[in-house]
Amino acid sequence: MDVLTLARWQFAITTVYHFFFVPITLGLSIAVAIMQTAYYRTGNKVYKKMTKFWGKLFLINFAIGVVTGIVLEFQFGMNWSEYSRFMGDIFGAPLAIEALLAFFMESTFLGVWIFGWDRIPKKMHLASIWLVAIGSNLSAVWILAANSFMQHPVGYAIRNGRAEMTDFFALITNGHLWVQFPHVFLGAVATAGFLILSISAYQLVKKQKHEVFIKSFKFGAVYASIGSLLVILLGHTQAQYMVKIQPMKMAAAEALWDSESPAAMSLFTVGDEKNLKDVFAIKIPGLLSFLAYNKFEGEVKGINDLQSEDEAKYGPGDYVPPVAVSYWTFRIMVGAGVLMLLIAFLSTLKALKENYEFKPLWYKVVFWSMLLPVIANSSGWLFTEIARQPWTVFGLFTTAESVSNTVTAGEVLFSLIAYTLVYGLMMVIMIGLMTKYAKQDVDEIEKEEELIDDSILSNA
Amino acid sequence: MDLNTLWFILVAVLFIGFFFLEGFDYGVGILLPFLGKKDLERRAIINSIGTHWDGNEVWMITAGGAMFAAFPNLYATLFSGFYLALVVMLLALITRGVAFEYRSKKEDPVWRNRWDWAIFVGSFIPALLWGVAISNIIRGVPIDENMNFTGNFFTLLNPYSLIGGIASLFLFTLHGSIFLSLKLTDNLLDRARSIAGKLWLVATALLFIYVICGYFYTDMFSKLGVNPGAIPILAGLAILSVRYLLKIKREGWAFVMTGITIAFSTITIFVGLFPRLMVSSTNPDWSLTIYNASSSPYTLKVMSIVAVIFVPIVLAYQAWSYWMFRKRISTKQKMEY
Repeated sequence: MDVLTLARWQFAITTVYHFFFVPITLGLSIAVAIMQTAYYRTGNKVYKKMTKFWGKLFLINFAIGVVTGIVLEFQFGMNWSEYSRFMGDIFGAPLAIEALLAFFMESTFLGVWIFGWDRIPKKMHLASIWLVAIGSNLSAVWILAANSFMQHPVGYAIRNGRAEMTDFFALITNGHLWVQFPHVFLGAVATAGFLILSISAYQLVKKQKHEVFIKSFKFGAVYASIGSLLVILLGHTQAQYMVKIQPMKMAAAEALWDSESPAAMSLFTVGDEKNLKDVFAIKIPGLLSFLAYNKFEGEVKGINDLQSEDEAKYGPGDYVPPVAVSYWTFRIMVGAGVLMLLIAFLSTLKALKENYEFKPLWYKVVFWSMLLPVIANSSGWLFTEIARQPWTVFGLFTTAESVSNTVTAGEVLFSLIAYTLVYGLMMVIMIGLMTKYAKQDVDEIEKEEELIDDSILSNA
Repeated sequence: MDLNTLWFILVAVLFIGFFFLEGFDYGVGILLPFLGKKDLERRAIINSIGTHWDGNEVWMITAGGAMFAAFPNLYATLFSGFYLALVVMLLALITRGVAFEYRSKKEDPVWRNRWDWAIFVGSFIPALLWGVAISNIIRGVPIDENMNFTGNFFTLLNPYSLIGGIASLFLFTLHGSIFLSLKLTDNLLDRARSIAGKLWLVATALLFIYVICGYFYTDMFSKLGVNPGAIPILAGLAILSVRYLLKIKREGWAFVMTGITIAFSTITIFVGLFPRLMVSSTNPDWSLTIYNASSSPYTLKVMSIVAVIFVPIVLAYQAWSYWMFRKRISTKQKMEY
């Protein structure tokens, strides 16, 4: 394999892996902060136990999220040095700001939160978890500002053989950012909601009907419902935006070879990617136009027309992203999202009726539903990055131009194998530890607490 | 002073902050398996940096981000050029970060022992490699007229940079041992003090050898002259004073002095580099400078405004968190890690 293919595989593996953990961090940090706020306000020990229980799982997840993030920051320079030279004037700024505004806050106050229990004033301790949550989510805004530039470049000029920033304000008010960030954020809320929901169901079924998990189940159900519902609504807005700024991406998502007016939406297509046509397809007439414009008319452009347009604009070349991958990752994301909404709503209904009996099948569904957001997150990112191809920065710079020209295929192969092995090992260890703490008896946490409290007194 | 110079200084400041702060927690990680004999002792050692190691590491991440934003060509050439070394360092940092968090989450002694060695290796490698990297940057590496690194992994392993790496390794370990003697109690305190005395001799000797080599392998001599000025001399005097301060058990001052040594040595190297960012050993004219490697004036301006506002805020809350958790850690107390 050549260096470009290897570097792309490495980017895909390290990024998707990183993003297993990020949404949990984003969503769970807020969830834990809400639980601790409830404890602070009411003094109810149940909320304290919730905070501790979910806080532990949060930290186990957080550790891997942080360390795999460093790889991503370094990777732009290491594997995509030509991209960094061409785009650094614009792309570097949000990354540096992310570190300065968000990472410092997140990491410093996480230390304060972990070590602050019973050591610092309660109000200060509560503030620290909120600052962690704000820091994490702020970091998402900045990295998505960088990604949004890649999807929809704004506020730049091509000068001195590179893209230079001309308007910082345009960069952070990029329309793409403000449909993408809410989508990612709500996806993260749903991800954390399902984690809480699934593990609470496990505890309620396999352990005992403890108040901590009754409250957690309720919380998880509502959190997951809010996240799933809004992420779908926002996804719809985002898709309409995509039709405007990245029509080729939309066409690939729908395997729409030729422009149609009104356009039909495909339910199931087997396509011939070489000749850019359908082999077999089931379609609903007019639905794609409706999704794109909220009415059953209007032309949605197809791949063939867009390819000719792009050739006229950018010169000869192949501007069609991998259609099958785009089509299926898009469908997997949407499908998982719909299932999430269904399960979250049903769980909320049950929780409203205070019904915590699980039939075996329903329990299985709820338990494994924690994987649905992970599937949706990963396929969503694979879609958004793969369907942008052949570009790294849409319309400006291609992936083939971006790769480091001094790094050899052998070197990338080495790092690809090394990362994959280490990441695989970490995943096994992390799941083992998560399982251990998900199974933990919450009352044990309290006993540990008492021991600790005693030891502090004897020390004083 | 133009913005390019300001950003050169800011990058230097970030590296100083990084080496000063991460320096001691690399040192603590390296000393962990040797100073801590029993599990509780090892936990106390890890907890002494528990609150801070993650925040310290962000100094490195921010330095990386600042290089990307202000000097994209430096970021591109350095990171792609030092590829394999960085892969090894990243793997070390991954293991280390996870180890801190996971180590005490199982009772199993085998599990804990493995993570302790992961912390050791994960701290040892970056403490060594950052010295190697900085030494190569000032010594010069093959860079062509298009700012591309033309060497390979072994180009980086030359006598000067290896001495630099070992010197930084020992200096950070010394810094860490003094930090521990400020944070621990009882037996552990005695052990930290005793090892600090031994490390001092090795670290000081290596640092002076490194300085002498600097006159042979780099153009520092022609830049600094026979009288190198106050900063390098103060760096040298600071480390010499550590011996005495340790003897009279003034660890606080000793820590300040190793800190000054680290900071002033870093400044010396950056002054030697200025206005270059990476020296080309192929042709001096092909070196990366604060001008040919920089971002546009507009980006530098935007980033300057952001930095002027937020760097003081970060410094303030990080200092606050150190102040909040300034107490010594004993093996008898509540431990989070």
